[in-house]
Amino acid sequence: MSDVLGDNIPTFDSSGAESQEVGLSNMSALADTGFASNWKEALILILVACGVIGGLELVVRVFDVPAYTFPAPSAIGQSLWDNFRPLYWPHLLVTLKVLFLGYFIGASIGILLAAVITQFPFAEKIVTPYILLLVTTPMIALVPLLVQKLGFGIQPRVIAVALASGPMVMINAATGFRRTDLAKLALARSYGASTFQIFTKVRFPLALPMIIVGLMVGAIFGLLTAVGAEIVGSGEGLGNRLMYYSSRIQMANFWSIIVILAVLGILIYVIFYWIGKRWASWQA
Amino acid sequence: MVQTETVMNAMGGAERSGVVQVEHATKYYKTNTGSVHALEDITLDIRKGEFIAIVGPSGCGKSTLLWAMSGLHDLTSGKVVIDGSTVTGPRSEIGMIFQEANLLPWRNLQKNIEFPFEIKKIDSKPYRPRIQELLVEVGLTGFETKFPRELSGGMQQRASIVRCLAFDPDIILMDEPFGALDAFTRDEMNLLIQKLWMETGKTIVFVTHNVSEAILLADRVVVLTPRPGRIAHVFDIDLPRPRTIEETYSPPFIEKIFEIKDTIMQGSYRPEHVAEVTRKVAGVSARKAGA
Repeated sequence: MSDVLGDNIPTFDSSGAESQEVGLSNMSALADTGFASNWKEALILILVACGVIGGLELVVRVFDVPAYTFPAPSAIGQSLWDNFRPLYWPHLLVTLKVLFLGYFIGASIGILLAAVITQFPFAEKIVTPYILLLVTTPMIALVPLLVQKLGFGIQPRVIAVALASGPMVMINAATGFRRTDLAKLALARSYGASTFQIFTKVRFPLALPMIIVGLMVGAIFGLLTAVGAEIVGSGEGLGNRLMYYSSRIQMANFWSIIVILAVLGILIYVIFYWIGKRWASWQA
Repeated sequence: MVQTETVMNAMGGAERSGVVQVEHATKYYKTNTGSVHALEDITLDIRKGEFIAIVGPSGCGKSTLLWAMSGLHDLTSGKVVIDGSTVTGPRSEIGMIFQEANLLPWRNLQKNIEFPFEIKKIDSKPYRPRIQELLVEVGLTGFETKFPRELSGGMQQRASIVRCLAFDPDIILMDEPFGALDAFTRDEMNLLIQKLWMETGKTIVFVTHNVSEAILLADRVVVLTPRPGRIAHVFDIDLPRPRTIEETYSPPFIEKIFEIKDTIMQGSYRPEHVAEVTRKVAGVSARKAGA
């Protein structure tokens, strides 16, 4: 009569699925910390940031720290200002291309696999150890191997990014799809919902907050892997530039790249923060 | 009052059906630790437009019986017949109301109410005026764009009642709908349900473990025994309607509570036992009054 509900005694956990603890980072925690809520807070945030940067500058100057140990923030700023367009921008584009391609492939496969696999508990048991293996293995280690096979093009790096981000997305999305709220399934079934309708109208929305968390973590892991892959097996990209500038002891340039990477990471966080706020705020 | 009448006309057509027959319903659940015998040979005829309450202790198979009526679960043996045809799956003439409102938290109120229409692939536009009238009736106008978390428990449950009535089912199955609400909100909801039922003439099966709620609302109260769920007794409640909260403290009402509670505790209806206990209690209160 009904496959979705199974033949279980109809008792509902009163807390409901939406209040379940969600793994790695709870979306509500993500949604609660925004930027300043008024101008006073904003002023303090900006003052603290100025203090930190100014303090660094002061320390470097007062103690006469050599530039090859740590360049003054002003020198890093100067390097960014002078070199961003001509020197860093082309490499940033390369890194972004690798990241987007790999992430797109990895994340779509990850979500799809999570949606399918969670419908079959036994298949899930079989697949989970391998997914965990993929999550815990640093994919950068594969890059030299892939370079041997595929050459110095972007493919090895794209594959590494996909392998790093995909399982991350999958494992979180699977947690989301596994939240079955018996009462909500029964509600949809009582109106005669098909398995497909139940998926699109109940299971997917219920899983969405965790999918977004997975997408964010996957994107950050993808960025780390893209940069790592460029360090070990590429002649271009921001990772390669890190190696290049550090080997030439051009520390201001080296730190400029670090700043660009940090901004990228924060950007990823901010983007998913807004996506989460827009699509998953009902959970908070 | 005008709105009430329009809702009434729109929903309580004379030719409507809503006859539910439960015939020898028996249900076993298979679990990891063996099988659970949930229902044993339940036979119950529910007339069109009747208000039936099913009461019994936790785990007596009340919900199981309701789920079998709604076509959400199969029976191990026996059958449920609605308007002459055997139930084999969810039916469009049935609307369910669950414990704890069961609204979808990612949809606002309007979208929640239109959820059944989406599932049934029916255009909800022609139904909008009726939904609006129902919202007025339950006092939820102006809250259409609010999300469930922004509403109180009582408001959420009222919204779920509108969701159920909006697509005009003949039969409403309510699974401990007010169990999670505080006592005062519960009274308020009970009066609302009685009012809606009197206006629309729908068949209602109402599962609860609150005896006074059952007596307040029902034409007949069915008492189930636990493990396996068997009908211990069916009580006719012939108190006049509309019933009020004050009447729940009247002697005939208290008497009914007494009979039903005794039946639940004893596992069967034994009038002589009820009479004996009543005498004892009366004796105790008389002594207390004297002292």
